Amino acid sequence: MLGLQATFFYFFALIAVGGGLMVVFSRNPVHSVLFLILTFVAAAGLFLLTGAEFLALILVVVYVGAVAILFLFVVMMLDLDMGRMKKGALKYAPFGAIIGLALLAQLVIALSGSYLAPSTATTLATPMPIPPLDQVTNIEALGQVLYTRYILFFQIAGLILFVAMIGAIVLTLRHKEGVRRQSIPVQVARNPKTAIEIVKVESGRGL
Amino acid sequence: MMAEAFSLSQSLGIAGPELIMAVGAMVLLMVGVFAGERSTQIVTGLAVALVVISGLWLVVVTPTGVAFGGSFLLDPFARFMKVLVLIGSAFAMVMSVGFASRERFNRFEYPVLMVLSTLGMMIMVSAGDLIALYLGLELQSLAIYVLAAINRDSVRSTEAGLKYFVLGALSSGMLLYGASLVYGFTGQIEFQAIAQAATAETRSIGLVIGIVFVLAGLAFKISAVPFHMWTPDVYEGAPTPITAFMAGAPKVAAMALMVRFTIDGFQNLAVDWQQVIVFVSIASMAFGAFAAIGQRNIKRLMAYSSISHMGYALVGLAAANVSGVRGVLLYMAIYLAMTVGTFAVILAMRRAEGSVEEINELAGLSRTNPVMAVALTALMLSLAGLPPLAGFFAKYFVFMAAVEAQLYGLAVIGVLSSVVGLYYYLRIVKVMWFDEPAAPFEPMAPELRFALGATALFIFPVYLVVGGTVFNAAEAAARTFF
Repeated sequence: MLGLQATFFYFFALIAVGGGLMVVFSRNPVHSVLFLILTFVAAAGLFLLTGAEFLALILVVVYVGAVAILFLFVVMMLDLDMGRMKKGALKYAPFGAIIGLALLAQLVIALSGSYLAPSTATTLATPMPIPPLDQVTNIEALGQVLYTRYILFFQIAGLILFVAMIGAIVLTLRHKEGVRRQSIPVQVARNPKTAIEIVKVESGRGL
Repeated sequence: MMAEAFSLSQSLGIAGPELIMAVGAMVLLMVGVFAGERSTQIVTGLAVALVVISGLWLVVVTPTGVAFGGSFLLDPFARFMKVLVLIGSAFAMVMSVGFASRERFNRFEYPVLMVLSTLGMMIMVSAGDLIALYLGLELQSLAIYVLAAINRDSVRSTEAGLKYFVLGALSSGMLLYGASLVYGFTGQIEFQAIAQAATAETRSIGLVIGIVFVLAGLAFKISAVPFHMWTPDVYEGAPTPITAFMAGAPKVAAMALMVRFTIDGFQNLAVDWQQVIVFVSIASMAFGAFAAIGQRNIKRLMAYSSISHMGYALVGLAAANVSGVRGVLLYMAIYLAMTVGTFAVILAMRRAEGSVEEINELAGLSRTNPVMAVALTALMLSLAGLPPLAGFFAKYFVFMAAVEAQLYGLAVIGVLSSVVGLYYYLRIVKVMWFDEPAAPFEPMAPELRFALGATALFIFPVYLVVGGTVFNAAEAAARTFF
């Protein structure tokens, strides 16, 4: 059983790493975004393997369904010249290297910390409102508190999104004058009497 | 399996005023959409009615208690602060009636966003844990970011909105980081539970860092030094009724949150956060007093004035005792009245060619509009803290609380900086009474006349009569924590 899990882990991990590399190296920005989506899906598979199915689904719904599609829109709308953009990229390389080294150092410290003093991670006994994984899955556990204990937060979050929606409309919607708009009632109400004008044209003369 | 069960119907009863506001905001939006672009006046009127109904519901019907399993508290403190928030919002809405149509950004979403922002403030005041704190704060701020930029054809308004948004997002980040540290080191999100988990003996340095970060995020919202940089520009750029709104109710709500977070959550660690509050308080008082001296624009002047007033209010919080919290409550009540009154005058500074904002434009107001000049003089002297105006009592009670808590240095610096502050308030009085008259302003709109009259009469002489009642209410509210 463990062998099967390990097989899938390496399968998804390879796809994720390969997809990530292709995001950086592919020449066409649209292909980059498509590889990004592949990476997200593979990462969702990894989450699923660790038993975090809620995170897996959210990753697909939010990152693939919304963020990556937004990227795709932006990339396809803007006329990007990748050759020109990559020209200046080399002078940022030192910064990238520094950030990469910092992240690597953090990873080493975190991992060595948990090897050297494994107790530090668990010194604080936090109360766990969520029941153990073998009793309920984590979506079920979230569902049990999200609409009961945390209903207030759920509703306030909804109100915040409501404000964001109103704000986006208030700040961007403009009613332009002189733009022809489709008016379905007017189109439906047309009949031959109002739409057609019969003109008798005398022969030999123009209109 | 559930952390603690709670009765939904009882919780909804305690959150009644918030429910009224939330449902009302959606109804108002519908009214606006169906009545069309010309409905701003109706929607504003309905919004004021909604706030009044919610306030009456809060005072008369709503029982005190703990709702939603401890996330939402209605205690005497919350009730006092919510009444202040609602009064501030109602006045700001009333004052904006004429402005929007004169400046041609007549949009019915404007009062709806004010209602939603007020709802956010009410949630902040009632927050019983870190998540409610953050969500309330975001609801309040997000609506104000939009409101600051609502005059989208004006570059300054757009700039104000964008600046406030970017810096506000930064402060939210700091607050969240602090909140995550507090949760990480105590394992609790509820203030009461945090208070039990965080004792002076067991506190770790990480918890203190968390407290400092949360306080930094909140200090940004009350525009206390060193998180004040946005204030003058945003106050100047935002449409004036929005500035009047931002200077009043949101500060009250953020101050309430600051009091609840420190006193309710970390009373045991008072030594740790007191020094932060003392520093912020001294810096705000001194910076506000000195930076306001050179200002020519009255909205910028009010920005620096509000920075220093937040410093004075924090003097009470630094004392961390009953009289200190009582002082903060009284200070915020009186500050709200003075701010509303002053902004009523600023909104009335309008000639046929448009609004003016320079202090020099007030020259000779005593001859062109003596009633307005007398009212503004009273407000300025009250802001400066001269007896027998209400502003004096506000300062007196916070300084006495600081003395009681043996923070003598803080009290002395407070008195000294209010002497410095006296200079720029008196300069406005001098311009009004002794300078050659500038062209007269247009007659004051009735809603502004009402706001100015009500607040000027409140700070003198009504406060001398009702001061005892307000004091007792603040005392009862402060007793919530001790």
